[in-house]
Amino acid sequence: MSKEKTNYLKKPGVQSFVSSVICIILGLLIAFIVLLLINPAGAFASIMEVIKNFLHFKNPTLRLRFFGETLVKTVPLLMCALAVLFSYKVGLFNIGTPGQYCAGICAAIYAALKWQWGWLPCVLLAMLAGAALASIVGVLKAYLNVNEVISGIMLNWIVLYFTNATLTAVKNPASKDTLTIASVNKAGLLPTMGLDNLFKDKYVTIAIPIAILIAVAIMIILDKTKFGYELKATGINKDAAKYCGMMEKTNIIVTLVISGALAGLGAAFYYLTDFEQWAVTQSTVPAMGFNGIAATFLGGLNPIGTIFSSYFITHITAGGAFVDLTKYSSQITDLISALIIYLCGFVLFMKTTMNNMIKKSEAKRHVKQANVNDEGGDK
Amino acid sequence: MDTPYAIEMLNITKKFPGIIANDNITLQLKRGEIHALLGENGAGKSTLMSVLFGLYQPEEGVIKKDGKEVKINDPNDANDLGIGMVHQHFKLVECFTVLDNIILGVEPNNHGVLQKEEARKKVLALSEKYGLMVDPDAKIEDITVGMQQRTEILKMLYRDNEILIFDEPTAVLTPQEIDELMQIMRNLKAEGKSILFISHKLAEIMAVADRCTILRKGKYIGTVETAKTTAQELSSLMVGRNVNFHIEKKPQKLGDVVLEVEGMTVASKAHSNNAVKNVSLKVRKGEIVCIAGIDGNGQTEFVHGITGLEPLVSGTIKLNGMDISKAPIRKRNTSGMSHIPEDRHKHGLVLDYSLENNLVLQTYFEPEFTSKSGFLKKDNIRSYSERLIKEFDVRSGQGPVTPARAMSGGNQQKAIIAREIDKDPDLLVAVQPTRGLDVGAIEFVHKQLIDRRDSGKAVLLVSLELDEVMDVPDRILVMYEGEIVGEFDPKKTTQEELGLYMAGAKRMEVKA
Repeated sequence: MSKEKTNYLKKPGVQSFVSSVICIILGLLIAFIVLLLINPAGAFASIMEVIKNFLHFKNPTLRLRFFGETLVKTVPLLMCALAVLFSYKVGLFNIGTPGQYCAGICAAIYAALKWQWGWLPCVLLAMLAGAALASIVGVLKAYLNVNEVISGIMLNWIVLYFTNATLTAVKNPASKDTLTIASVNKAGLLPTMGLDNLFKDKYVTIAIPIAILIAVAIMIILDKTKFGYELKATGINKDAAKYCGMMEKTNIIVTLVISGALAGLGAAFYYLTDFEQWAVTQSTVPAMGFNGIAATFLGGLNPIGTIFSSYFITHITAGGAFVDLTKYSSQITDLISALIIYLCGFVLFMKTTMNNMIKKSEAKRHVKQANVNDEGGDK
Repeated sequence: MDTPYAIEMLNITKKFPGIIANDNITLQLKRGEIHALLGENGAGKSTLMSVLFGLYQPEEGVIKKDGKEVKINDPNDANDLGIGMVHQHFKLVECFTVLDNIILGVEPNNHGVLQKEEARKKVLALSEKYGLMVDPDAKIEDITVGMQQRTEILKMLYRDNEILIFDEPTAVLTPQEIDELMQIMRNLKAEGKSILFISHKLAEIMAVADRCTILRKGKYIGTVETAKTTAQELSSLMVGRNVNFHIEKKPQKLGDVVLEVEGMTVASKAHSNNAVKNVSLKVRKGEIVCIAGIDGNGQTEFVHGITGLEPLVSGTIKLNGMDISKAPIRKRNTSGMSHIPEDRHKHGLVLDYSLENNLVLQTYFEPEFTSKSGFLKKDNIRSYSERLIKEFDVRSGQGPVTPARAMSGGNQQKAIIAREIDKDPDLLVAVQPTRGLDVGAIEFVHKQLIDRRDSGKAVLLVSLELDEVMDVPDRILVMYEGEIVGEFDPKKTTQEELGLYMAGAKRMEVKA
């Protein structure tokens, strides 16, 4: 019986899931310990608030509404995570995702407010902006072999300040934020198709189902198509890809362009709901892109897993808002979610550790039941 | 020290899921001897060495050093016991110098400040003493494979290892380098080092080893003194049957020209000179043409030029009369050219892909495997790969879904050959197709090449193995410093004559 159990644990999917869960539990545990150290009195209640998030409310309508808002915030994270995942499959670490996301914000908001475009062209422009930015990284990588991490991360800040400068033109004179789209150009808002009524929240739009469909589509592209076969082969072994006639340079660029487009799309899916406005005084790139990396790994590098991991990360981040601030300083919210997200990055490590443990216990068992087969071979 | 043995591995048994990799194996290495460990791929040699290095713990058996039982838990323990190894795939840092590589891990230092001068003196002294001739300041990426191997040997000597293990050391060397290595091994032996020489090349074992232990399918077959045996006997002990060294060929039927190369020049990556200089040649249907030469004389670049991995500086290549000089790789691959690459891990396989995905690496885009909408036809890929696996007897743990990485070297090569030959190419470019393979697998590969020829197709073989150069082709072209310096009929030449041309001592005018 124990043998069957081990075989089950050896399945990569199961391993990813188990190691993700372990990371989550560890993250919560460490966050709990930190809370205990700061103020033991409220620690347990606080960590429960983080886990409960919208369940904090007794009122079902409020619950539904805050669940909806968690979903709204999940969408951009999911898109950034998919962007990271897609490039990672080709062996590229697109840490320029925050910049591409930022470019998408810039394009979407500017087009919606300044040019008063409809939502669809705004979305397409945001995708294009993200893609264009990523193509710089791609071209540098493919033709000049510039490391994509360096060229990507450096661009992030350039784009940030460009965005600040550009969006100042559509700023609310009374604050540091951009104007709401609803106040200028209602056609620029994403359609809701009744989802707003369902969740009793006007920010819930078609972005949510579309994001999930995109995750599924990416899964299909990677697993079932010729394109995915080529991309993965290029990622694993560039030389073999060249040897068999794949256009490995083109593949690198195309991958980054798609990755950037996903990030830009995520920006449009969020800012075109009016849920948040851009503060033109920001001096850090949106954390969304970086959190996307954690969500990718927590999701076991699987597009479907990424849906759940993005939701989870958003869930606990939003849950942080319900921590009792009479017992902790207001930064505690971010600290806790940062701790948990950090631990999420350890999924691969957890998986390797688990694999080694399985191998060891298997080796031990084989010592015990030693007399089966007579075949030779050491490989 | 009352035992003549430096290291003894007594009754070692090591089991893995489903197989017994080592079944009661005994290996006794005397001080100051060269002891060969002979066996086919998968016979259990690597496992036995991994046990010696503490990478695996055996279920049964003991290891003794100088007659005393020792416990080896990891490679550090082995190193402390004076055991060193030159791996088949070198463990060198490419962008470091020879000296840096040698001292890596045992850097002489004074409170953290490197003391390289002292190390350099020791390296130079060792290099002199054993005739290794290595420039300590050269970078690994700039020196030949033979030099890299000597760097590995120096690494062991620098660490004062007494027991030196060579894992298939000649697989990557040229005939001349092999001779040099043999001499180095004899020098080491004369200085009292004990050497374990893992190989499946009988001639080398006969030439250099004192005794030989033979493994077959994980079992201990016996230990013989090489002076009292023959290569034929060793081979039948290793394979368990008599091996046919003679290669049967049908009478030649020459056809049209398939490959025509005119004035081809290819740049070198290592230096500013061209690696291939103004080479012209023709390959016809029904013949195997072999490019012979010492490694690093432009063969790699020549093949890369023909297959499209590197651009040409000048010259033309015609395949079946069609100019492909500037054609992309895919175009060449689909126009009747197949390529068994020199480096099967770098170019030949996507190691983390499954066997079936590797088997369609050259054809995945064909309508048979990809639908019009761009989806892979996985059922077709499965049935196709199952057919190839059966036809070419590619062995693996889980069939089509086995990761290529988990397969043995011989079976990886079989998979590549299956893929390239099943395309039924007009021209098969085979670069060192038997490198690192055992006798049985070599026999198989040679048979495949000759089948191509006999069925009226052209084969361009690039080989460093003189036996292969003499036995397989219909025509030999010797390449020296990027030029064709001689053309021979293998039936009318000798290895010695070829050697003179390969070393640049003689040359003749060759017309394509």
